[in-house]
Amino acid sequence: MNDGAVLDDLSKVADDRVRPAGADDSIDGVPPGYVARPSSTDETAELLRVAAHHGLSVVAKGSGTKQDWANPPSRVDLVLDTTAMAGVVEHAAGDLITIVRAGTTMTDLQSALASADQQLALDAPFPSATVGGTVATNSSGPRRVLYGTLRDLLIGITFVRADGVVAKAGGRVVKNVAGYDFGKLLTGSYGTLGVITEVALRCHPLPTTQRVVSIDVPDGEVAADLALGVLRSQVVPSAVEVHQPAAGPVTVIVLIEGVESGLGARADAVRELLGAGAAIGDLPDSFGHYPFGSGDLGLKITTTLTGVGPILSAAQNLGHRHDVPIAVRGSVAGVLYAAMPADSDPVAAARVLAEMRALAATYDGTVVVLTGPVETRRALDVWGPISGLDLMRRLKDQLDPDHRLSPGRFVGGI
Amino acid sequence: MDVQGLAQQLREAIGDEKVLTDRAQLRTYECDGLAVYKVMPAIVTLPETAGQVQAVVRACVEAKVPFVARGSGTGLSGGALPHADGVLIVTSKLRSILELDADNERAVLEPGVVNLDVTRAAAPYGYYYAPDPSSQQICSIGGNVAENSGGAHCLKYGFTTNHVTGARLVSPDGAAVQLGGKAPDPPGYDLLGAFVGSEGTLGIATEVTVRLMRAPESVRTLLAAFGSTDDAGAAVSAIIGAGVIPAAIEMMDALAIDAAEAAVRCNYPKGAGAVLIVELDGPASEVEAQFEQVEAHCRTAGAFEIRIAADNAERALFWKGRKSAFAAVGRISPAYIVQDGVIPRTALPEVLRRMAELATEHGVRVANVFHAGDGNLHPLVLFDDAVEGEAERAEELSGAILDLCIEHGGSITGEHGVGMDKAKHMPRMYTDDDLDTMQLLRCAFDPHHLSNPGKIFPTPRLCGEVPGRHTGAHPLQEQGLAEVF
Repeated sequence: MNDGAVLDDLSKVADDRVRPAGADDSIDGVPPGYVARPSSTDETAELLRVAAHHGLSVVAKGSGTKQDWANPPSRVDLVLDTTAMAGVVEHAAGDLITIVRAGTTMTDLQSALASADQQLALDAPFPSATVGGTVATNSSGPRRVLYGTLRDLLIGITFVRADGVVAKAGGRVVKNVAGYDFGKLLTGSYGTLGVITEVALRCHPLPTTQRVVSIDVPDGEVAADLALGVLRSQVVPSAVEVHQPAAGPVTVIVLIEGVESGLGARADAVRELLGAGAAIGDLPDSFGHYPFGSGDLGLKITTTLTGVGPILSAAQNLGHRHDVPIAVRGSVAGVLYAAMPADSDPVAAARVLAEMRALAATYDGTVVVLTGPVETRRALDVWGPISGLDLMRRLKDQLDPDHRLSPGRFVGGI
Repeated sequence: MDVQGLAQQLREAIGDEKVLTDRAQLRTYECDGLAVYKVMPAIVTLPETAGQVQAVVRACVEAKVPFVARGSGTGLSGGALPHADGVLIVTSKLRSILELDADNERAVLEPGVVNLDVTRAAAPYGYYYAPDPSSQQICSIGGNVAENSGGAHCLKYGFTTNHVTGARLVSPDGAAVQLGGKAPDPPGYDLLGAFVGSEGTLGIATEVTVRLMRAPESVRTLLAAFGSTDDAGAAVSAIIGAGVIPAAIEMMDALAIDAAEAAVRCNYPKGAGAVLIVELDGPASEVEAQFEQVEAHCRTAGAFEIRIAADNAERALFWKGRKSAFAAVGRISPAYIVQDGVIPRTALPEVLRRMAELATEHGVRVANVFHAGDGNLHPLVLFDDAVEGEAERAEELSGAILDLCIEHGGSITGEHGVGMDKAKHMPRMYTDDDLDTMQLLRCAFDPHHLSNPGKIFPTPRLCGEVPGRHTGAHPLQEQGLAEVF
């Protein structure tokens, strides 16, 4: 490859926003050749056409809060920094929708919507994360119980294919069944199908008030039973979380939202369901944040409702048996996050992963290694077994036949 | 195509009585709920197990014969319209509720299970299945999945896609594939999300796992009568603007009310230019507080009569008029077209005015029934096919209404699907590149283009070719080597 020619061609598209990569530009330990910061969908498309012409592999990057998630890319020639594509294009409050550029941070989006008493009803574990990165990794938080996740909130998408073609799917109305739902395909695709440049999202009214009811109990099984009692009741909680530290009592946290005059009775109902010791208080600082910090090993465990208790107690047992502290936080709706310290013995971590995977599978669930030290992730099967992998590969081959978009990051080496 | 040869092969694979080739028997299946299109299929199969569905698909793939899946046949876009040289695979005999797992809030269903039967089965546990298309007494879950069906309550609870957590399908190349399951967030591409609503073009569901919802503690329903659709629309805006998301807000205009009255004697308030049905559900204390707000907003917007359902029987009566509206217009018009378009809700007054003008220009009447909360319109274009040229004018008006929806940033279909009927409108909503990209997904699933060909997309893309724009007929079509799917 003639480096000078590549840089020239990229610069023709976005002169002052293209540069050779420096030491700080590594993507999960993989050094790229160039960084470009396009300001529009069209510019992104032109850059991707140049990349296609030169056979460059491309990784899209927003704020970079989750670039150490999943597998490191097998190679990176060009980093597409999306942060110049920022801002809310439109907030049609009366229609309960917004159109937002991919590089907008979740915090900026929420504050724009809040000015009209609305919200994107999705928790952002990393507030500085961009909308594009949030979609690409399908991140969510406690309020998934009431509002669902991005697959329930994203109604339209604009993205650029590996060959530089701009494609749209969905639209700007919530109800729309015309054409295939590419929004769902791009959600959680980790940048392997296209570069997301703009999305249309469904908004919800901001609740007038909220109440938090929580209780500490001795173990995970008890916590899960209480939490499930609330989930299966008619009180319609927005979130039912279980926080199980590596040692010590387990906390159940219930969030209810709504109109002031209705909340008292609902909070009482929750207190009754949780039993003696339940108290109304504030959300803990940990609420909506992953139990793992930077560098720690973080797992995402999914399960049916009945698997939550057994998985919580298994986490405790596995921690003791393999001498590695395991903290678990998550939603009783069946999505739990587990954390092991950065310096955990990789062999112990691998055993925990394997045993947890086997257990989750009995509850129809899966375990994915979200993040962790890169050498640990390289040694682990990050994604685990995937149902439908053959069709996924065929989809990848259709959209990115040369496998140049975030190569190696996704399931099955995609 | 060697019909007799394939039929014989299918009989051996799934049993004589499950393979129909007799023309009189085939006639039953020549159309779905959109009876204006009729095509006699070459062969109809009635498999009773997932294995038999797979056997039929495999035989079709081997013979390179197209196949079309059909559930109860209630679809309104011709999505289950048979292929003249193809096999129709009717899934209505796969009708077992395989598992009702209330502890995990899931049900595992065969595709032929009737929508309402899921709620009936879940009710003893205090649960229900949320998506409720008007045809819920007969439509099947497999068809709901194919069309991503909605219903009156999707304003608050979403569509089929939001309630399906897993599916087992026979892919267009004959493989059995499990996507998702009972647990949330399966890793990998969300192929399930793409499959739901793919109108039978990405395979056939043989097992569907759905989310069951806890029945609400309280449901309250009111019916408000207004002088005009503008007033009713203002009430809707006020309710949404106040941060209330009702379970449903439905509107009917004067003509639709007349029709419903004639058909089911729903006894809506006399002289109403529009009625709204507003339903709130949830925790009793929350519903109570919001219900007062809704009532006040209706009065402020000019409601001259408000009725509040005292019990389930009265609630059912409110809904009866609405849910029977499509069929009811048959009482006031010899023929009609059910249209399904979406606009941003706030554009409602403007769109309704323009629609009235268009109706006058075309010399045909339009009755309006719509999901007012999310801007999903169901204009019913009424005409008399005995009058020379009226059917054509009605068809023209129906198309003009879709253009109107697109002009306002809406969609050509909110819940009925593109099917056969609206494939020609797709290029007005999406660019060639958008459509080409969608076809890449189809090619990944169905490289030989056998699964419900001719639906959704106006022009074919032969899989494996270099992506790009297509102008005019495909070269292989011109040479007579490929048919126009």
